[in-house]
Amino acid sequence: MALTGLFLILFLIVHAGINSCIFLNDGGQTFNEMAHFMSHNWIMRFLEVGLFAGLFMHIIQGLMLWSQNNKARPVPYAFNQPNKNSKWYSRSMGLLGTLLLLFLIMHLSHFYIGTKIALYGGDQPHNLYEEMKTIFSNQWVVLGYVLGVVALFWHLFHGFQSAFQTFGVHHKKYSPIIKTLGTVYALVICTLFALMPIAMYLNWVI
Amino acid sequence: MEHYHMNLTLKVWRQKNSNVKGALETYQVKNISSEMSFLEMFDVLNEQLIVEGKEPIAFDHDCREGICGMCSMYINGQAHGPWQKNTTCQLHMRAFKDGDEIVVEPWRSTAFPVVKDLVVNRSSFDRIIQAGGFISVNTGNAVDANAIPIDKKDADDAFMAAACIGCGACVATCKNGSAMLFVGAKVSQLALLPQGAPERESRVLNMVAQMDKEGFGNCTNTYACEAECPKGISVANIARLNSEFLKAGLSTEEN
Repeated sequence: MALTGLFLILFLIVHAGINSCIFLNDGGQTFNEMAHFMSHNWIMRFLEVGLFAGLFMHIIQGLMLWSQNNKARPVPYAFNQPNKNSKWYSRSMGLLGTLLLLFLIMHLSHFYIGTKIALYGGDQPHNLYEEMKTIFSNQWVVLGYVLGVVALFWHLFHGFQSAFQTFGVHHKKYSPIIKTLGTVYALVICTLFALMPIAMYLNWVI
Repeated sequence: MEHYHMNLTLKVWRQKNSNVKGALETYQVKNISSEMSFLEMFDVLNEQLIVEGKEPIAFDHDCREGICGMCSMYINGQAHGPWQKNTTCQLHMRAFKDGDEIVVEPWRSTAFPVVKDLVVNRSSFDRIIQAGGFISVNTGNAVDANAIPIDKKDADDAFMAAACIGCGACVATCKNGSAMLFVGAKVSQLALLPQGAPERESRVLNMVAQMDKEGFGNCTNTYACEAECPKGISVANIARLNSEFLKAGLSTEEN
């Protein structure tokens, strides 16, 4: 769980970094070049397979955790106050993950499938930037993306530092740094991702 | 602190044995002193039930001074009730006020089957200890104190881990029913000391294997265990268990 989680955390840095090129306000030129590079490069295509494998494993591990942990308490408490001893997001990783999976299905149907059709069957170069602008002109889609990013924030907020605990890193000096780093990471990544559909919907970028 | 008396409504889990289903039953207790401990309040209730010709409520207790870890009660949605770093016997009735309704349930875990009412069987913890929670020592006279040099911090950390009384509150409170805090403490107290070195690898592997066999859940780092532990055992011990397990798993030559 932690290993695949950290792998997906690394992927998000690349994803958010490249997509942030839309904020350069150059009509998507740099962004389209980056997107072209990413889809026409065998190293990236190889890593793409690894990414899907990592995501798939993360989901399988999550389902295994869920099923084993359900068996560990067949009779629930009649009255329980979990808020007295733990944070809601740390207890809701499965729910947040499920929301993220639903979001991913929408996200991939919006962009991944279109990119692949353009790659293998398209005649002209794929203008992903224009495609983004079209998709993000719908307010409900924008709302869906922002909600997806909110779920992502809480998932990362717990997941980042939790992964280090699972690897046995618990240190008086380093653990607070890891926790801060995780918070900053989740905030930066999620703010960037949330701004992309908002900026396009409100025409902040040309 | 002001002394007062209270009348309470109790909803207590009654279950004949591990094979039948249980249910919450409602009882009224009157004139309870704020200076009683929670268990003394249960003694009053049981005497009342005996006078009424009813079956008294079975509950575990032993030392009644907060060190044996027997008094497993899930009180108003929290292991050992509302006070922090506290066992049920040390929870006093001044934590409640007149007219309160209190729900009391047993620990709920596959690995802790209910024996009767509020009594659960925690033998799964004993079997985890038997799997590796021991050290090999030479018999004969006790060695002199400080004969083996030990770093002050390691000694302190081992001592803190050894404060675990095996009460099971960590399992009871964990949303996953995980025993990682217990096993983490038991592995840590020996792994930190030179006396625990000979069995260091086999200990962690065997204890974790037994833990999984008993049907405990998996840790997802919510840290509810640490918050509810009557001895304040730190989740640093879970991290140490994880790293001990990873290291032992990588270096062992056994399957």
